[in-house]
Amino acid sequence: MPLAEVRDLYVRFVTREATVYAVNGVGFTVRPGEVLCILGESGSGKSVTLRALMRLLPARRTQIRGSVTVEGQNVLGMPRRALRDLRGGLVAMIFQEPMTALDPVYTVGQQIGETIRRHTGCGREAARRRALELLEMVRIPSAARRLDAYPHELSGGLRQRVMIAMALSCSPRLLLADEPTTALDATVQVQVLILLRRLQRELGMGMIFVTHDLGVAAEIADTVAVMYAGRIVESGPVGQILNAPAHPYTAGLLASTVHGQSRDRDIDAIAGSPPDMRRLPQGCSFAPRCPLRMAECRFAVPEPRFPVRGHMAACHAVAHSSPATQAAVTPTVAGSRATISAR
Amino acid sequence: MSSLAYDPRDRGGPQQPMLIARDLRKHFPVKASGGKSVQAVDGVSFSVGKGETLGVVGESGCGKSTLARLMLHLIKPDAGELVFDGDPVGVAPGIPIDALRRQVQIVFQDSYSSLNPRMPVRDSVAFGPFVQGKRKDEARQVARDMLGKVGLDPEIFGPRYPHELSGGQKQRVNIARALATGPRMVILDEPVSALDKSIEAQVLNLLRALKRQLNLTYVFISHDLNVVRYISDRVLVMYLGRIVEFGPIDAIFERPLHPYTRALLASRPSMDPARRIELPPISGDPPNPIEPPSGCRFRTRCPFAEMVCETADPMLGPLQGPQSHVAACHMQEAHSGHSLAASA
Repeated sequence: MPLAEVRDLYVRFVTREATVYAVNGVGFTVRPGEVLCILGESGSGKSVTLRALMRLLPARRTQIRGSVTVEGQNVLGMPRRALRDLRGGLVAMIFQEPMTALDPVYTVGQQIGETIRRHTGCGREAARRRALELLEMVRIPSAARRLDAYPHELSGGLRQRVMIAMALSCSPRLLLADEPTTALDATVQVQVLILLRRLQRELGMGMIFVTHDLGVAAEIADTVAVMYAGRIVESGPVGQILNAPAHPYTAGLLASTVHGQSRDRDIDAIAGSPPDMRRLPQGCSFAPRCPLRMAECRFAVPEPRFPVRGHMAACHAVAHSSPATQAAVTPTVAGSRATISAR
Repeated sequence: MSSLAYDPRDRGGPQQPMLIARDLRKHFPVKASGGKSVQAVDGVSFSVGKGETLGVVGESGCGKSTLARLMLHLIKPDAGELVFDGDPVGVAPGIPIDALRRQVQIVFQDSYSSLNPRMPVRDSVAFGPFVQGKRKDEARQVARDMLGKVGLDPEIFGPRYPHELSGGQKQRVNIARALATGPRMVILDEPVSALDKSIEAQVLNLLRALKRQLNLTYVFISHDLNVVRYISDRVLVMYLGRIVEFGPIDAIFERPLHPYTRALLASRPSMDPARRIELPPISGDPPNPIEPPSGCRFRTRCPFAEMVCETADPMLGPLQGPQSHVAACHMQEAHSGHSLAASA
């Protein structure tokens, strides 16, 4: 059984002025112990997808369709009480900015302890002991002293370690990470990535890691799903995606990322900018910027194609391999037909 | 650089650096600390040659943004001296600060908060030339030209307000505004850090094209070493308010001398899942700049730290010409007392 499965997920934000089509038919599965990186630029719907897995989107303004299951539990149909057990218990989340995600008026020990007591029902003393263990697990120096520190007394790297400790406090099976290293300095980012990779492996957790940085994905992912304008446009094993990208957007992203290009030439930048999520183009969302654009790209959202077993690209310009290889693929994209009817 | 076209404002000639900074110092007092201060920039000396791009790298709190502001006198240095094209800045026979700012402009990281939200962007761009004495219609024409130069159609984008533009477009407006006064030197303070990768590449290409067209000199501040390598001719590595290494770009990237530079370089993600970084190049965070460590400021994170690093400040070697490559490290200094220093 997959640890987490998302199918045909659609998320819209409705306000009086406009409707934003944030996620438009996303599907994937995560196996226990697997690290899936959702890679995308701002507005691609990567964080919204992540939040849907814990139903953290504002209920009144959000329309969600599709299905999200974690260990067989239906997250989108769950009563609120059960949701409170799920959050921080079975599924936990790490955010980008630890300073705003931590409560400034409680010590680190109190905050971690609160989570532990809520989920296990143990007493203050036991919770504090467990919190200390956790701080040691995430390699915080002089952990016993740091237990009584307030978030502002810690450096950025230590704060993010505290966030990780809190997320791991109730042994989640699935860890969601929303750009957890983006706000950190380079020398600290690599420390936190190595820490997360080690803990994920030791605890056998599944992890969904959202990032905009190809280099970070290369360091941590088993599989990568590339999102553009609310859809997964390419997915597959990390080595495949980075070494042999099939979708022109992924290829463009790789070419635009500065890493050792010749200084004598311009960078091969993708022209134009991402579409307005209130008015998506009718066919392939990337078509207006795409160097391989064909006539049909304007009219039809491309169906997923599988150039190599386990490697999906939703692009009219990509050739199919044999259709028999499609069944065993994770992650998957489903429902591009539904995308058209939904509009 | 010999490719520079003749500029009547060029007083010192091609060999005279565009900007020289000597022993710049800026400490910010911290109120609730009993007289302590953040030593944001602490004795920094360097020069920027005409037509070159000088990269400045370092982690948060290393003083790179303070340095940018000092170069424009947006904040006043506590000590030290700036020389612009041979003229001392802000002292009697030299160049006054307002004249400096006609020739040096800045682009900030946050493209939104550096534009006036209540002004159409064409007015923001026209504001500089207008204040510096152009007539209103002339200033408007400059704004139209500049918006065109940065790839924004002045008819479409000129009347828009900042909130109607994307991050990349706003940063293009900021670049247009900086160039509207016709500067010779532009300080770029993390100009692409807040942009998506596909937009970052567009803006970097634009900056390079503008530099060629307008014979500009750049100081490019960034925490992204890959970007700095792509765009810079020389690079200055900062740590806690001091320069730890300075030299030509290829020398720094291929033969880094300072352990901090080496750690920074080794911390870059590999871009190859088959060659992941297995051990952190250094541990811990940069220390608090309020009370920096004595001696070498990097010693608390340095794997080679010895007694001498605690007691003596390592000196940045003497700069001999634009190709010299120096590091402030006791291991680089003969007879410094460090066991790994050269003894001859």
